[in-house]
Amino acid sequence: MASEKLSGRQIAIGTRKGLLTYQESDGEWNMLNESHLGARVSYAMRDTRSGFLFALLEHGHWGPKLQRSDNDGKTWEEIPAPQYPDGAELKDGKPAVLRYQWCLAQGAAEHPGRLYMGTEPGGLFVSQDDGSSFELVESLWNHESRKEFWVGGGLDEPGIHSVLIDPRDPQRIAVGVSVAGVFLSTDGGQSWQPRNAGLKADFLPNPDVEIGHDPHLVVQSAGQPDVLWQQNHCGIFRSTDSGESWTRVSEPGPATEDDAAAFGTAHFGFAIVVDPHDGDTAWVVPALSDEVRVAIDRQLCICRTTDGGQTWQAFREGLPQAGCYDFAFRHSLDLLGDRLVFGTACGSLYFSDDRGETWRVLANHLPPIYSVRFT
Amino acid sequence: MVVVRFSKHLTRHFNIPDTVEAVGENVSELISDLERQYPGVAAYIVHENGALRQHVNVFIGDRLIADRQHLTDSIDSENEVSIMQALSGG
Repeated sequence: MASEKLSGRQIAIGTRKGLLTYQESDGEWNMLNESHLGARVSYAMRDTRSGFLFALLEHGHWGPKLQRSDNDGKTWEEIPAPQYPDGAELKDGKPAVLRYQWCLAQGAAEHPGRLYMGTEPGGLFVSQDDGSSFELVESLWNHESRKEFWVGGGLDEPGIHSVLIDPRDPQRIAVGVSVAGVFLSTDGGQSWQPRNAGLKADFLPNPDVEIGHDPHLVVQSAGQPDVLWQQNHCGIFRSTDSGESWTRVSEPGPATEDDAAAFGTAHFGFAIVVDPHDGDTAWVVPALSDEVRVAIDRQLCICRTTDGGQTWQAFREGLPQAGCYDFAFRHSLDLLGDRLVFGTACGSLYFSDDRGETWRVLANHLPPIYSVRFT
Repeated sequence: MVVVRFSKHLTRHFNIPDTVEAVGENVSELISDLERQYPGVAAYIVHENGALRQHVNVFIGDRLIADRQHLTDSIDSENEVSIMQALSGG
């Protein structure tokens, strides 16, 4: 298959009950394919270099499985999921085995076939052959902090949910780990340094620990790769120096109905995207709080900043504004050009073609949605 | 030869007959033989370190195997082995 560019007219949706793909034709969105029905699809994406679609499955009983399609999801081929090597230990005396496939990221253009997969319990894997085989990135697995300071977040064990390849220099790789924080490699993954200064871990006795933070998702502005954002367990944080320092840019109070505080609407959540051409512009899907993961005031909204998080604006048109207990999981928001799409825990799918200012419903009553990606 | 039965829950995800024959004096050997005959099936039953997946059950006759870590429960050729999903897996 030839290298291709995303059109913004197809969307892959990983759900609790299978992979759904939608396609736009003459302004109307309709379901194109339904694949892996019954299986939990933790993540799905297209590699724009090879054109392959990938679906990361988690069968409740039979374990994580990996599927690849070369024909837009009409047919699929099972390829071996990553395996932790013999003797790999989560903690001393506790064997490590693959529990969950969190995310898949394509490598740089000059590394065709290279893919990175983040997994639970904390392993980063790399493939050089379009996913046909994977190897554990031992340097990160053997990081001195892992056994003692990486812990579960969301799932029982540590998970790597974000892998960022610097478009300027593929030797620069950042990962986000729940719960540990952000780690950066500048040598192609041979060594890793924590990049968590300025983050706040309000759930720990010492919120300023070097390692022990909970980024829910870390994203990078492709056109300004030093600009990183994260929707963290403890707010929204931004860095303009490749994670050397972070600043909390959650919307200031007044306090919400929850006692969490002096933060406004844009504060707690999971999903975040940043504009690839403007590192000051980002979107989040707010939820009420850590303890109460529902829409604030039961009204769903998207918040956008265009000034690096100094101010936020909530957009609600087209989204439910009463009786809504919904929110979005971390990989369920995507941006392409002026188009945004997000899916929710309660199975609704929303689309905007005006940078998130107005929305329309593409579907309701889907299974819980874990992943939404333009393909 | 040991008769091995798979639940429909597995055969809908992995292309294998619901009843096959395999050899092995214990469960570990049996799964190795199944993998030889049907490459890829072992990954549905055991983790990469050989331990039984948490939500998979293996029965020898009507008896649940005891050793889920190393799969050393012995099998007689007159036994039937059933490989099924555990209800705990949701």
